[in-house]
Amino acid sequence: MLNLTLKVWRQKGPKDAGQMVTYPAPGISPDMSFLEMLDVVNERMMEKDEEPIAFDHDCREGICGSCGTVVNGIAHGPRSATTACQLHMRSFKDGDTITVEPWRAKPFPVLKDLIVDRSAYDRIIAAGGFVSVNTGGCPDGNSLPIPKENAELSMDAAACIGCGACAAACPNASAMLFVSAKVSQLALLPQGQPERRDRVLKMVAQMDAEGFGGCTNIGECESACPKEIKLENIARLNRDFLVATVTKRPVTASQGGGA
Amino acid sequence: MSSIPIITSASSVKPLEATVAKKVLVAITGIVLFGFVLIHMVGNIQLYQGPEKLNHYAELLQSMKPVLWTFRIVLLAAVGVHALFAILLWLRNRSARPVAYESQRFVSATLTSRTMIWSGPLIGLFVVYHILHFTTGTFPPPHFNSHNVYNNVVYAFQVPGVSIAYIIAMVALGFHLYHGGVSLFQTLGLRTPHDEKPLKLVLWVITTIIVVVNISFPLAVLTGLVGLK
Ligand code: HEM
Ligand code: FES
Repeated sequence: MLNLTLKVWRQKGPKDAGQMVTYPAPGISPDMSFLEMLDVVNERMMEKDEEPIAFDHDCREGICGSCGTVVNGIAHGPRSATTACQLHMRSFKDGDTITVEPWRAKPFPVLKDLIVDRSAYDRIIAAGGFVSVNTGGCPDGNSLPIPKENAELSMDAAACIGCGACAAACPNASAMLFVSAKVSQLALLPQGQPERRDRVLKMVAQMDAEGFGGCTNIGECESACPKEIKLENIARLNRDFLVATVTKRPVTASQGGGA
Repeated sequence: MSSIPIITSASSVKPLEATVAKKVLVAITGIVLFGFVLIHMVGNIQLYQGPEKLNHYAELLQSMKPVLWTFRIVLLAAVGVHALFAILLWLRNRSARPVAYESQRFVSATLTSRTMIWSGPLIGLFVVYHILHFTTGTFPPPHFNSHNVYNNVVYAFQVPGVSIAYIIAMVALGFHLYHGGVSLFQTLGLRTPHDEKPLKLVLWVITTIIVVVNISFPLAVLTGLVGLK
């Protein structure tokens, strides 16, 4: 059993100033996940009629992107390629003090305690992170040749679960890793070509409008990413953005339907 | 909650106002400045070939006034654009995190990548001093003579404080050029996953050469290896 001390960000609502509050967390099993540890702490608090710590979660198996807190100064905690829900308490030692904070970025305002509003990411997707396809008969899966390497790179980029850890970890609060993954997954496939140039322009513009910082190629995002999205995607975004700006292709595809 | 309108048409987008485009300007002007640093270093190696060689080189540059001024104007514009957009982006990046973390640990950030906004202006200040020191002679080295560059260099670096200032500036330059050099490949979309390690190695070698060669000039004077002839 681990006897821990938690220092957790408590904030009643969006307008509250908030502060770090210290809680003892004795008798924690090393087999618990980080979120289960918070559940235990919360149950004990509720028994004492205290307001439990609010945190986001859903699948608890590392695939939905709901969870996410900065644990001891690292987004999703100390284990690489691991979401907070998949982080186990055996990553900590008896007697440890653990700080738990929400994602910090202007476009991710805190709603309550550890929960932030991540709809900025949704709006970036809504601006261009899709393909427009007319409905119709189902095309034969093999009728569109796709180089294997492209398919794999696209799948790697598509592993992004939109959790927000990249912007949370970035010293500039930049969302470039997220945006670049969402640009890349489509830019690498034939289905993504008709809207490729418009997509990158719109998504970058939305990203800027939301108030995220810019990329200075530091790489904290890549280290924090639970899905191991690579910096290479940011180079691809930059390349696509440059080509889109320089070629000034007429803007039509966004209104058109499909390939 | 605050809801920012979703951009629906690419025709309303002004690409040149994007953070990505500003960063491209920083990178392109950075390449110009990087190139200048290399040429400047190679030219100065003639210090080791004696007063005649170095002074002749300086005269040659001075004799090509139109070329010289073209270079000066291009470099001045490059520094201006570079510093302007670098600082604008930096201000934006700072405002993107209004509430700081109680504890924040960096995993892959390096000393060079995190100090760009300090190494840059330090080099900028150094360049101003350097020009006032050797070019205009506003803060001249002892016995300043604009026609005897060799002696100016020797007299200047015989003052330990001056040598130390130059050495510190060159370390800052190395920091800035190492991260900047790696970074610009990413910014311009030239990097692929295959060349990350070789790219870093090549830039490490180039920036180390720049720092070592440039630092060798004041050290050579301080140790007496290069003296008045
Ligand atoms: C005068 C003041 C200067 C300031 C404020 C400044 C600041 C910066 C900043 C903030 C960056 C972006 C760094 C990053 O992405 O992490 C940068 C990049 C760079 N700087 Fe400077 N710098 C200055 C002068 C110089 C000088 C004199 C040189 C060359 C001798 C130089 C060469 C570069 C290069 C090559 C880059 C890479 C561009 C990129 O990241 O894409 N800088 N600078
Ligand atoms: S709760 Fe779904 S990824 Fe953690």
